[in-house]
This record gives sequence, structure tokens and C-alpha cells, in this order.
Amino acid sequence: MPPSTSSAITLNINGEKYTLPVDHRTTLLDALRERLDLTGTKKGCDQGQCGACTVLLDGRRAVSCLQLAVAAEGREITTIEGVADGDELHPVQQAFLDLDGYQCGYCTPGQICSALGVIQEHAAGWPSAVTDDVRPEAGPPPLTADEIRERMSGNLCRCGAYVSIVQAVARAAEAEAETAADDARTGTEAAI
Amino acid sequence: MKEFGYQRAFDVPGAVALLGADPDARYLGGGTNLVDLMKTGVERPAGLIDVRELPLNDIEVTESGGIRIGATVTNSDLAAHPEVRRRYPALAQAVLAGASGQLRNMATVGGNLLQRTRCGYFADVAKPCNKRSPGSGCPAIEGEHHNHAILGASAHCVATHPSDMGVALSAFDAVVSYETADGPGELPIADFYLPVGDTPHLETALPPGALITGVTLPPTPVAAVSRYRKVRERASYAFAIGSLAAALDVRNGLVHDVRLAFGAVASRPWRAREAEAALCGGPATAEAFAAAADAELAAAEPLPDNAYKVTLIRNLVVSVLTELTESTEPSASTDPTDPTDPSEGATR
Repeated sequence: MPPSTSSAITLNINGEKYTLPVDHRTTLLDALRERLDLTGTKKGCDQGQCGACTVLLDGRRAVSCLQLAVAAEGREITTIEGVADGDELHPVQQAFLDLDGYQCGYCTPGQICSALGVIQEHAAGWPSAVTDDVRPEAGPPPLTADEIRERMSGNLCRCGAYVSIVQAVARAAEAEAETAADDARTGTEAAI
Repeated sequence: MKEFGYQRAFDVPGAVALLGADPDARYLGGGTNLVDLMKTGVERPAGLIDVRELPLNDIEVTESGGIRIGATVTNSDLAAHPEVRRRYPALAQAVLAGASGQLRNMATVGGNLLQRTRCGYFADVAKPCNKRSPGSGCPAIEGEHHNHAILGASAHCVATHPSDMGVALSAFDAVVSYETADGPGELPIADFYLPVGDTPHLETALPPGALITGVTLPPTPVAAVSRYRKVRERASYAFAIGSLAAALDVRNGLVHDVRLAFGAVASRPWRAREAEAALCGGPATAEAFAAAADAELAAAEPLPDNAYKVTLIRNLVVSVLTELTESTEPSASTDPTDPTDPSEGATR
């Protein structure tokens, strides 16, 4: 008997469980948009080249157009719908809003999810292709505009809003770093 | 896309057994290349064996001071690992030069080695292609080939291997480990990719059904001073039109050890052994670097629209080796016959 070409799967999206039958050909992107009405995630090229469909898988950014839904079972999926805290925007969302990090807005959910990943990756000390010295002794590179452009290069913006996107990512990264420093200070004081 | 079965494997023998039961199935890692090719009909597997959750996601320093990388380690984790960045900086740089942050988070080491060419004729099922459809012809030779091979190609195929990671692994003599139903095996990376010849559809020496389990890099002191440089048609997120992984140890003005591998010039990462042999023991000068590049590139057979790659690679070799010389031997102007230099004699 040929193997089944569909499965009933349970996806964990933004902290909620969704059970649905899927044809194995279904990408995570199509499952989100066409089956679960989570249309914040956008379809651009559908071949991994534009970044519009970026989501977080287990906290790391990934393109949902090349991720089969059936293979995403068991992973923690975060889409743009799960980024804000209720009505309170995430600092990355707020920075895009305050600095006009978009024009038409179609690539924005992917840009924001990607920026979340960039900020975490940089905070974890990951170098990039424009980091001059990748050796750990060199320490983490400062998140310069060049670093942001390189790290965000998987997200295209056909309106060309890159100038303000770079500023928004920089501002959000600064805000997160300040929050982390505040938390560390508070933690130290509490320990004393 | 053709319909397919899907099964998730949780241990290596289980994965190999699942694939053995269905020879038309493929292993699925990150899927960043395979799923894309399935969408366009280039790949039409009857089933996928998902190996992403296999316990092969560790990077460890070996007893001899090399590194062993599990096959399901993501490209991101490989490039971020402190020991990779410390011992083999060109490998971290090569991985970081490939794809985008999103794709590196998904793509695995095993899958990176097995990714397919980005030749436009291979990707278009409406076109002939000897790699995709043996015997149908190679339109690239007479057609669009500005980013095709200049070394080791044949009249049957001029496609290039697209991996950046593989170029650095070639420079550092990686060994690929695999598992089959008959037991484990190993292939040095020099033997891993097959020559093109008249069988461009046969890309690797892996036995049928083999699952890549990891890659081991031998201890390579010269790799501590290494660099990967990639030239592409835009600043980021594009495949190479030429790249170089280089490592260099200069002592007293002389080349003590050197590793060179070229990317985007052949059907596989191209280890430049002729150039290495020309350099070893000789002076670390721009003239010597250029002559060594010429020795390697003497075998180049460029097509009308990719002859620029010969000059490009030659210039890459000179510029990167010059930079590495300056970084390994900041006092390169020191008299090479200085008897007080403790490294004197090391290369004699």
C-alpha cells in the first residue's frame, strides 16, 4: 500500500494548538494563510528569496514558504499575530511605526519577524558576513547600519523603505539592550 | 508538486531503514533546497524521511584537536560556534556568506553538502539538462553560462556547485561520515563529489540510501589564520560568481603551509593543490601568489561568457593571500635571514 500523502497534524502557533488535516505538500505558509486564517504572514516569491513569509520557529526566524506544515509539527511557531502583548505593540513593531519602516506594508510582517531574530542573534554574539573578525576573542560586533543591512538582507522591500527599516531595527535593538541592562541592574540590586 | 508520503525518523538506523523501504524517497533536512525543487518539479520524491530531529546536532572538539560536526547542525549554529570561529574562521565566514539569516537557521550541514546546482537550465523542467534528465543535452554551453564552470567541466555539463560551506570544508580536508543499511562509512571530501565526465547526474560517491551523519575536520593549525572571500553580483544574499577559502602560515617571509579552495568555478568545491604546491616553501609575495594562481588556472577552459572568472580567481588569490600574510606576519619586512628569529629554519 503506498504511504498516505496526508496527515492530521497539530501545530503550536502563538501559544495555541491548532489541529488540522494537511496534504503533505502544504507549506506552513499556506497552512497559516489558507487554513488557519492567520493572514498576517505574507506570500511574496514562495521560493525562499524575499522573506515576506518570515516567522519564528522555536524562536528563530525562518521562511514559512519552504517549511512543510507537516514537518513543523511539534515546533513552537510565532507569527506576526503573536508578536504584540495584547494591544501593546512589541518594541520592534513600535519602532517600525515610529520611524516609518515601510511604505505599502506588504513585507512588514516578515521584516518585523526577521528583525526579532536579528536582535536575538546579535545579542547571542553571532557574527555576520560583514563582521571583520569572527574569532570569539574579537567579541560581538557592534550592531552598525552595515551589520543590520547584512543581517536583514533576506527581507526584500519593493517600495525601497530600507533606510527607515535600518533605523527601526537599530532603535529596537537599542531599546532591547537598555531593557536587558535595566533587568541586569535590577537583578543585581535584588541580589544585594 | 507531486504527492508524497512523510515519515519522521528519530534515530539513524530508523531513518536508513525507512529510506531503504522506499527507494524513491528522499531525506528531508531543512528543506531549503529540496522543497524548492519539489515545487518546480525538478525533484519528485514518492516520500520524505524527515531527519531533522535525529540526534546529530552536536559540534565537538575531537581528541586530536579537530572538530566533528553533526549532520543536522544548522548552518547558523555552525557559524556561531566559538571553536569553529577560533580554529577554522574561514569556515564560519563561508557559512555566513551563504543564503540569508532565515535560510541558515533552517539549512543543515548534511543538506548543504548535497544541495543542487543553481544552473537555470537544471531548474527549468521545460529545458534539456543532462544533470536532471540524462542524455537530453546541455543548453548552457551554447546559452546562458556567465556563472558556470571554468574548471573540471565536460561537454555534458558545465554547472557549478553552489555551496560556500563546502569550499571551506575542502580547504580543510573534511571527512564526510555516513550510515547505510550495511553499516557506516567515510569519504574524504576530495572523493565525495564525483568528476562530471559523461554522468553529471551522478553527483556524489555516497552509496545508495546513505544518510550523511556528520563531517569531521582534522586538526589544521594553519586554519587559525584563514579567510573566506566571496564575490557576487550584489552585496549580500546571492550565490558566488567566484569565491576563495584560504589559509596561510608564513614564517620568515616564506610560505610554511597554505590551503586554497575555489568556489563557483566547478561542479564541486575546487581544492587548488597545484597552487598550494607552487607556494609551499617559496616566498610570500604578490608575484608568487599570482604565479601559483596561474599554475592552478592553467587547466581552466572558460566559455565565451565566463572567462572573467579566470582573472577574478587570480585576483582573489593575490589579494586574500596578501592580507593573510600581513595578518600572520605583521613585520613582513623583517630580514628573512635574521638569525635571531626563532622560526628561522622551520621551512628550510
